[in-house]
Amino acid sequence: MSRLIVRRLLVSLAVLWLVTLLVFVATLLLPGDPARAILGQQATPERIAALRAQLDIDAPVWERYLNWLGGVVTGDLGTSTATQGPVNDLLGDRIGASLVLLVAAAVLSTLVGLALGTWTAMRRGRAADHTVSGISLVIAALPEFVIGVALIVLLSTTVFPLLPSVTLAPPGEPVWSQPSQLVLPVLTLTLVVTPYITRMMRATMSEVLDSGYVEMARLKGIPEKTVLLRHALPHAIGPVAQVIALQLAWLAGGVVVVEFLFRYPGVGQALIDAVNSRDVEVVQAITLLIAAVYIVVNLLADIVGILTSPKLRAEVTR
Amino acid sequence: MSTRSTVFRRALSLPQAKIGLTLTAVVVLLAVLGPWLGPWLTGHDTTGFAGKPFQSDGVAGTDGLGRDVFTRFLAGGATLLLYAVLATAIGVVLGTALGMLAGYTGGRLDSVIMRGNDVLLSFPQLVFALLAIAMLGPQGWLLVLVIGITHAPRVARVARQATVAVKDSDYIRAAQLYAMPRRRILLREVLPNITGPLMVELGLRLTYSIGYVASLSFLGLGIQPPSADWGLMINENRIALVVEPWGVLLPVLAIAVLTVGTNLVTDSLASAAAGREKEVTA
Amino acid sequence: MTAHVAVASALEVSELRVNTLTGSPVLKGVSYAIAPGEVLALVGESGSGKTTAGLAALGHFRRGLAPAGGTVTARPRDGEPVDVLGLGERERRTLRGHTLAYVPQDPALSLNPALRIGRQIGEVLEAHGYGTSDEERAARVAEVLGEVGLPADEAYQRRYPHQLSGGQQQRVGIAMAFACRPSVVVLDEPTTGLDVTTQTLVLRTVAALTAEHGVAALYITHDLAVVAAIADRVAVMRGGEIVECGTTGEVLRRPAHAYTRELVDAVPDLDRGGDLPAPDGDTQTLRVKDLSVSYGEHEVLRDVSLTVHSGECLLLLGESGSGKTTLSRCVAGLNEHHTGTVELDGAALAPATRRRSAEELRAVQYVFQSPYSSLNPRRTIAQSVEVPLEMLTELPKAARRERVAETLDRVRLSRELAGRLPDQLSGGERQRAAIARALVTTPKVLLCDEVTSALDVSVQATIIDLLCELRAELGTAMVFVTHNIALARHVADRIAVLRGGEIVEVGPVDEVLSDPRHEYTRRLLANTPRM
Repeated sequence: MSRLIVRRLLVSLAVLWLVTLLVFVATLLLPGDPARAILGQQATPERIAALRAQLDIDAPVWERYLNWLGGVVTGDLGTSTATQGPVNDLLGDRIGASLVLLVAAAVLSTLVGLALGTWTAMRRGRAADHTVSGISLVIAALPEFVIGVALIVLLSTTVFPLLPSVTLAPPGEPVWSQPSQLVLPVLTLTLVVTPYITRMMRATMSEVLDSGYVEMARLKGIPEKTVLLRHALPHAIGPVAQVIALQLAWLAGGVVVVEFLFRYPGVGQALIDAVNSRDVEVVQAITLLIAAVYIVVNLLADIVGILTSPKLRAEVTR
Repeated sequence: MSTRSTVFRRALSLPQAKIGLTLTAVVVLLAVLGPWLGPWLTGHDTTGFAGKPFQSDGVAGTDGLGRDVFTRFLAGGATLLLYAVLATAIGVVLGTALGMLAGYTGGRLDSVIMRGNDVLLSFPQLVFALLAIAMLGPQGWLLVLVIGITHAPRVARVARQATVAVKDSDYIRAAQLYAMPRRRILLREVLPNITGPLMVELGLRLTYSIGYVASLSFLGLGIQPPSADWGLMINENRIALVVEPWGVLLPVLAIAVLTVGTNLVTDSLASAAAGREKEVTA
Repeated sequence: MTAHVAVASALEVSELRVNTLTGSPVLKGVSYAIAPGEVLALVGESGSGKTTAGLAALGHFRRGLAPAGGTVTARPRDGEPVDVLGLGERERRTLRGHTLAYVPQDPALSLNPALRIGRQIGEVLEAHGYGTSDEERAARVAEVLGEVGLPADEAYQRRYPHQLSGGQQQRVGIAMAFACRPSVVVLDEPTTGLDVTTQTLVLRTVAALTAEHGVAALYITHDLAVVAAIADRVAVMRGGEIVECGTTGEVLRRPAHAYTRELVDAVPDLDRGGDLPAPDGDTQTLRVKDLSVSYGEHEVLRDVSLTVHSGECLLLLGESGSGKTTLSRCVAGLNEHHTGTVELDGAALAPATRRRSAEELRAVQYVFQSPYSSLNPRRTIAQSVEVPLEMLTELPKAARRERVAETLDRVRLSRELAGRLPDQLSGGERQRAAIARALVTTPKVLLCDEVTSALDVSVQATIIDLLCELRAELGTAMVFVTHNIALARHVADRIAVLRGGEIVEVGPVDEVLSDPRHEYTRRLLANTPRM
C-alpha cells in the first residue's frame, strides 16, 4: 500500500511540474513584444528596457523557464511589474486571508453536506428528501456571484441590513479582527459547494444502503445504528472524499469571484487586479498557487481512498 | 413500454423537466428577442443617454452613465447565451471524442490523454480562463475557446468512463467479430449507448458555461463595455444597489432563472439515464 | 429423512400477499409450513417471486415492496410462536439472525468487504446477546466455522472476504446463519455460481447442519436436480403463486401440475438424451493445434489441440477459470495474443479478425453467453442481424433484408419482433435473435459460449432443441462451450474436458460419460446432481 501512495505522490509531482510548464508557456502567448504588451503603448523606452531586463526576454526560452522554476522552488515568486516589489510581499497576508475563507467554507460545507446527504439517503422518497433535493438542485445551478448578490440583497442592504456587504478592515489588519465581515463571503462559498456534497453523499449512501452487505447486516438482526456506522458509512467515505476534494478545488476558483464581490483582501482579488494590469508574474504565481492547492487536496483525497479500501488495507496485514 | 424509449423522452415526462424547459425557454426568448424588442418598447438604445444617472426613469431606471436599464437588460443576454452555447459545444464535442478514444483504445493512448487531462484539471476553470485572458486580453473568441477547452477534460472523464463500461459488452465484441473498423464501432456501437451520460454532461456544461461567461463579465474580464451584458451590468450597477436595485436585480434574476432551468432539465435527464441503466442491468 | 409430523411447524406462512408500492401483486397468497429438521425447496424460475417469499419469512421487504396480507408465524427454539409481520421493526430485528436466519445468494456481495470474517460472524452473536462473555462468543465462532468445514484458527478469522474462494465465502455465510442456533434458515440459491464439486460440499454442509440441529430450512432454487439432492418437500412457484407442493419424490416423479411437468421435462438429464443426427462426414472443418495463451506468469491455455468435423458438435466442458471462453475466443479471432494455429478446412486463420478475409469471417461465427449484453440495445433485432451481412458481404440492401427475414424464420422468431429493440424481448427471444445473427452468414463453424447459462431451465431446453435442429438442417459444425456436463447427451457427439487450461480428456459422449478415464471427469460426474 505504501508503494501505491508513493506512486500517487510521484504522479502528483509530475502533474505539478507539467502545470509549471503550462503556466510558463502561457506567457509566451503574449502578443508581439511582451514588455510592450504588458506596459501598453504609452510606455517609455526606458521602462520597456527595464522590464525586458527584468523578464530576461533576450535569454533563450528554456533558460527563462529554468530561472523562473528555480525561483518558484526556492520560494521566490518573482517581481510584480505593477508594484515593482517582490510578489512574495504582495501575497504574504493575502494567502492567510484567503485560507481563512477556504477553510471555513470547506469545514462548514463538508459537515453540512455529509449530514444532509446521509439524512436524506435514509429518508429516500419522503417529503424531507424531496425538499432538500429540490433546494440543492436550485442552489447548485447558481453562479457564485448570483448567490453572493442575493445574500447582499437579503442580509446586508435591502431586506435585513445586518451584515457588512464589503470588507471593512483597513489594510494591514487581519481580516478576522472583524468576524462579521467574514460571514457573507463564507456563507456564499458554503452555499456554492454544499449542494454538491449533499447530493453526492446522498447518492453514495443510497447505493451503499441498497448493497447486499447492508441488507445482510439487517437480516442478521444488527441494530440500525450499528448497520449505519459499521456497515454503511465506511464504504461511503472513499468515493465521497473524491467529490469533496473536487468541490474544495472548485472553492479555490470560486474564491476569486467572491473576493472580488465582497472586496475581500485575498489572493483572488489580487489575481483580478493582476489580470487587469497584466502583471504577468503575479498571475503566474497565483495560478500556480491555486493549482498546487488543488493538486494537494486531490492527493489527500486519493490517499483517503487508498486507506479506506479494504482490498488494499488487507495487503498490509498479510 | 413505448416502442422507442429514449432518455430524452423519459426525461421530458418528469414534471421538473417541464418546469426547467419553461424557465429556460422564457429566458432564451427574452435574450434572443430582447435586442430587437428593447429600442421598440422603450425608445432608447443600449448605449444612448436616457436621463440622469441612477434615476427611476422608465421601467427600471437609469444606470451610472444615464443609460436606460431596461433596454440594456433586454439586450444583455444574447451574447452571453451565444458564448455559452459555443463553449459548451466545443467542450462536449472535444471531450466526447477524446474520452471515447481513450476509453476504447486503452493502453498508452489512454494514459497520454488522461494525464493531459489531469494537468488541465489542476486549474479551476475560472482561474485557467483568467490566465489566458491575462495574456491575450478579454476577447470573445478567447472566452469561448478557453471555457470550451476547460470543459473538455471534464467531459472526457465521463465519456471515457461510459465507454469503458460498454466496451466489454458482447455487442462490441460481436462488432469486432465482423472486423468492423474502429471509427464505425465508436460511432455506431458505442456512441448511441452512452448518450445518456453525455446528455447529462451537455446540460451540466451549459449551466456552467452560462455561469462562467457571466462571472467573467461580472469581473470585468469578459464581455467589455459599452456592450449591454447581464454580468457586466451587475458589476456596473452594484454600487447603487440600495437606490436603484433593478440594474442588479433584473440581470441576477435572469441568470438565476436560466441556470436553474437548465439544471432542472439536466437533472431530469440524469434520473432518466440512471433509470435506463437500471433497466438494462436488471 | 423422515417428516416430523407430530411436531408443530417451526415456520408457517399463510396466504402471504406482497405488492409493489404501485399496487401490482408480487406474491398472490403464498402458504407453506416447515417442520423442524425439514428442508422445503421453493422452486421457481426468474421472476416467480421466490426471493421475495424467502425474505418475507424474515419480515423483510426490499425497497418498493410492501406486505398486503397474510401471516408469517415463527416458533423460536425456546418460546411461543410469534406473528412476525405483526411485530414492529425493533422486535423483528431481535428475531432476525437469532430465530430466523438467512443465507444470501451471492456471498461476494453480501459479506461486508471491509470487515474480517471472524468479526462478521461474531457480530451476530453480539447483536443477540449470545452467551455471557466474549470468550464464550469467540468459542462459538470457532465452533461454527468448524461445523461448516472451515479452519477455525485466529489467522483464518482475520481474513477479509476477498481473500476467500467463492465456496469458502458461501460457507462463511452459512456459518453466520447458523451461529445463533436459529430454528429457521432461509437459503436463497446458495450454490448458484459455484462449481459442481463445491456445490456438493455446500449441499452436504447444509443437510448435515439442518438435520443435526433440527433446523427448518427453506431452500430457494431454480435447479430441480439440486432439489432432488437436498429437499424433503418441494413447493413450485410461478407468477407469485405456489402451483404445486408435495414430497420431493412425488413432485419430481409424478408432477401433477402442467407447469411442474414442463419444468421437470426441461431439466437436462445426464443419462438420457435426444437422438442426435450422426455427423455427415469426416472432413476436419476446424482444427486447433498447440494453442497457448498466457498473461504474464499466468498460463490460461497450454498446448490445446482439438478437431471438429463437419456437421459434428463438440462439447467443450470446463468450470469457471478453465480457459474455455478464452479458447473459443481465440478460434473466433477475438483474442490475438496466442501461439499455435487455428485452421479452417486445412487453411490457417489469422489470429485477429481484422486480418481475416470476409469469407473466413463468414465461416466462423460466435453466439455469446448472455443475450442481455450481446445485442446492441439501441438497434432493432433486424438491424442487429443485418450487421454481419453489411460488413462481410456485397449483397444489396434488399437481398440483405430478405436473408435476415429468412434467418429469423429459421430460428422461429416471429417477424413482428424484427422491428423491436432487444429490451422489449424475453431472454429466450433475444438468444434466438443472437443465434440468427450468427447464422445469417451461413457459417461452417458455430461457436456457442455458455449460450444457455443466463436463461431459465425451460428456455434452455427450447434453445438446445433449436440448435440441434439447425445443426441437422444446415450441417454446421458446432463447438458448444459449457460448464454443465448434464447437457452432453442433449447436444453433443464428442466431449473435450478442459481443466486449468489443458484438455484432460476427449472422446465420444457415450464413452466419456460411461467410462471416464480421467480422475477429474469422474469427480465431475460424481458431483453432478441427478433427479
